[in-house]
Amino acid sequence: MIPLSHYLILSAILFGISIVGIFLNRKNVVILLMAVELLLLAVNMNFVAFSHYLQDTAGQIFVFFILTVAAAEAAIGLAILIVLFRSRQTINVDELDSLKG
Amino acid sequence: MTFLQIAFYVFSAILVVSAGMVVTIRNPVKSALFLVLAFFSASCVWITLQAEFLAIVLVLVYVGAVMVLFLFVVMMLDIDLAKLRAGFTRYLPIGSVIAILLVGEIALVMLGSFNGAEYANPASHAADYSNSKALGLQIYTDYVYAFEIAALILLVAIIAAIALTMRRRPNTKYNNPTEQVKVNRDDRLRIVKMKPETPADTPADTVIRGKES
Repeated sequence: MIPLSHYLILSAILFGISIVGIFLNRKNVVILLMAVELLLLAVNMNFVAFSHYLQDTAGQIFVFFILTVAAAEAAIGLAILIVLFRSRQTINVDELDSLKG
Repeated sequence: MTFLQIAFYVFSAILVVSAGMVVTIRNPVKSALFLVLAFFSASCVWITLQAEFLAIVLVLVYVGAVMVLFLFVVMMLDIDLAKLRAGFTRYLPIGSVIAILLVGEIALVMLGSFNGAEYANPASHAADYSNSKALGLQIYTDYVYAFEIAALILLVAIIAAIALTMRRRPNTKYNNPTEQVKVNRDDRLRIVKMKPETPADTPADTVIRGKES
């Protein structure tokens, strides 16, 4: 059978890939949002794996709520992205400096 | 090697490769499609963990709704890809070093801590066990307040997304339903008082033409 650690390492690899993605695509907000979705997927994988191996459904319920919040976050993030593109004609993070931060 | 093991390793390989393609491929549309593949294989991995309900929800919600939204947005935006890709390789070394360190450390901890007998494979459920039923029983009893809050969060997300993206173009023609409902007869109908027309009043040539036809 598959040991629990293999699931955890799979989710760690996913997490690492998304971190690299955030480093590589610093300028493209769309890919950044996708990398965040992958991060959440990696976390959810941990929850489901522990829920199965500890025989406790609470982990799966937590994943359910994470999915809800992630869907809401993606919808609002993309709406903000569209408004941003309408007003600035760009989604390059480097050019979004009107707050002078 | 059992069938379950083969399935797990095949789907994890697909998951890792497609996740890598998501962050490295040039075209955002392709990267969204690879993200769909990643979610699909993740849901297959969750099936091997006997979490059927969440696996189906992942496909329905993510592949069916969120990724379609992503694809729409990516296709709607007219982005200059070359500019966004500038400096792509500059951060590759430091990014990979950090990721490899992170994954290596996590893997060391996981292999050291979660391999013991207390994390041995649990007994399989009976054939008539329903994952959705077990989750539903808990969600609607113990977690009912959290469930309601989740519904509220979704409502807020709907309203926020619509309010953010709605705009009125100055030259669009549209109906105002309030005005339409409030209308009464006098706004639409004008009664004109005039004398009745007799054939004698009409000019002679029109009468003749009417008779010919």
